[in-house]
Amino acid sequence: MAEKKKKFMQGNEACSEGALYAGCRFYAGYPITPSTEVAEILSVRLPKIGGVFMQMEDEIASICAIIGASLGGTKSLTATSGPGFSLMQEGLGFACIAEIPCVIVNVMRSGPSTGFPTGPSQSDVMQAKWGTHGDHPSVVLTPATVQEIFYETVRAFNLAETYRTPVIVLYDEIIGHMREAITLPEPGEVEVIERKKPTCKPEEYKPYAQNNGSIAPLAAYGEGYKFHVTGLYHAEDGFPTNNTKLIGEANERIVNKINKNVDKICVNEEFYTDDAEIGVVAYGVSSKSAKFAVKEMRKKGVKAGLLRPKTIWPFPDKAVNKLAKQVKAILVPEMNLGQVYYEVERASRGQCEVKGIFKVDTEAIHPNQIIEEIKKFA
Amino acid sequence: METVTAAKKKKKEKPVPFDYSNYIRKGKLPHIWCPGCGHGIVLKCMLRAIAETGRPNDDFALVSGIGCSSRTPGYVNFNTLHTLHGRALAFATGLKMAKPNLKVIVTTGDGDALAIGGNHFIHTCRRNLDIVIMVYNNFIYGMTSGQFSPTTLPGMIATTSRYGNIDPPFDVCKMAEAAGATFVARGTAYHYGELEKILHEAIMHKGTAVIDIIDSCPTYYGRFNKFKSPADMMEKIEKEGTVSVKQASGLPPEKLEGKLLRGVLCKKERLEYTEGYAKLIEKAGGSKK
Repeated sequence: MAEKKKKFMQGNEACSEGALYAGCRFYAGYPITPSTEVAEILSVRLPKIGGVFMQMEDEIASICAIIGASLGGTKSLTATSGPGFSLMQEGLGFACIAEIPCVIVNVMRSGPSTGFPTGPSQSDVMQAKWGTHGDHPSVVLTPATVQEIFYETVRAFNLAETYRTPVIVLYDEIIGHMREAITLPEPGEVEVIERKKPTCKPEEYKPYAQNNGSIAPLAAYGEGYKFHVTGLYHAEDGFPTNNTKLIGEANERIVNKINKNVDKICVNEEFYTDDAEIGVVAYGVSSKSAKFAVKEMRKKGVKAGLLRPKTIWPFPDKAVNKLAKQVKAILVPEMNLGQVYYEVERASRGQCEVKGIFKVDTEAIHPNQIIEEIKKFA
Repeated sequence: METVTAAKKKKKEKPVPFDYSNYIRKGKLPHIWCPGCGHGIVLKCMLRAIAETGRPNDDFALVSGIGCSSRTPGYVNFNTLHTLHGRALAFATGLKMAKPNLKVIVTTGDGDALAIGGNHFIHTCRRNLDIVIMVYNNFIYGMTSGQFSPTTLPGMIATTSRYGNIDPPFDVCKMAEAAGATFVARGTAYHYGELEKILHEAIMHKGTAVIDIIDSCPTYYGRFNKFKSPADMMEKIEKEGTVSVKQASGLPPEKLEGKLLRGVLCKKERLEYTEGYAKLIEKAGGSKK
């Protein structure tokens, strides 16, 4: 195959390209820094291919609109940041319990509240997992480069369709606005998963049917199935139930459909971890500095290694535990005051020291800061 | 020529019963509404209005939020979506844009549509998206057992206004019209024949149609405010408290004071949103998939 032309683009642009590649044909959003470019680009691109861009009255409406569009059978996306992501938590919970595929992009900025809107941050990692009330499934992807934002956005749509659940693409302002060279794959080159639709007779259709743990196909409204969807706990037929046994089972099922497939959903990059004696666990923009630090230390003969989760939720417990077994210490650099750090500590189970490198002044963590910490254990 | 009595007799001999079985979901009744609540009457009017269109059930989507009225979709045989408190219109907007051929009807209450969902309400009207918005307006939060709502009249008692409500109410119709809805009407559960006609006209309208449906909640609003019975409440609020547009035209202003107007209050033509979007797609050079 002839070498493909590289393009120079911004993270938010790569996200838009990834969404279009995955077959997204509906976007609803509300302007907010630093994610607005996704909306601006899709407002131009979607109508060109017969898709729809809607600028809604707020982020609450945006996430509800994408769920509505998804029930119409259309792959749907919204993108937001900080305060907008807070407003979306209500709708996110609905998509979880009603099991409606959709993709939410959160380009993290400094918080809480308005914080420093143009300043990057990684402080929404726990919100992405626990933001909406009740026990619920969480699938959150953390790309670290512009190219990866493209691939992970496509993967987000694939996971959403496969597991009938909302998927969050979580990256920070730096990679959202950073320009890097990327190659856009040809159609068909990267797998795109389409929604499984029912083939049974409409009167036999159960939108929440349980067949040995498989995920029921989701019909689209207006295509003959006339089914019911509610945010109340419901039985297999989709209608509300007060049966406590069914409620318990339904709650466990929506969480377990993700937890039981951790190995399929979790993807990590391992960088010099094979023989590492000092580990670094980093994601998103901080993993760029961590990678640089590991390379520098290797040049000096220090056996450092990086484990970089591309899926932060469900958490890659196994990979972290394996690393903890072999290293003296694990460093966790992140642009917050300690979030993934505690997860690493939990997954390490006391097998090594775990140390956080935290920063919330909206400046990226410098590689030297990580190098200095690695040296302490060398 | 038939005499009037003969015609009446003939009608009596051959009644045409309306077959609800095509519209009510088997096994989903009884509904949750209290005895004396008007929601069942509104439901009946809606189903008859839908039937009159002659369109198949699958052409309709019923979307609701949270509250007593929002339970409507669960009982009826259409594409149905019971969503979050106040958010029905946002879900409905996404669905309508993804499937423009669906006729989307939103069943909502005064609290759902105008308090928590007020922002979505005015913006849906502004866009003139082809959605029928049925506001079951019973002046109270029924499902949470009787707190005052954005339409509760001053002085009225609710569980959160024990000293008498001091919040001024919204006029649903004026707000809808000001926000840009192209069909605005008011009906009541008491005037059910009139309501059926209004709902049918609303469904046939292309654009945002808002119907303020005056309804009564005997369990809370009625009990707290010393109405004698559900029937007494309907007569006082729905019958005596309203006057049709036609009747009103012949009445002096003092006779209209404190009364709500019934009937179609506003009907105009303006580019509907999905039609506008189709034009936008054409302009962008895209073809609808």
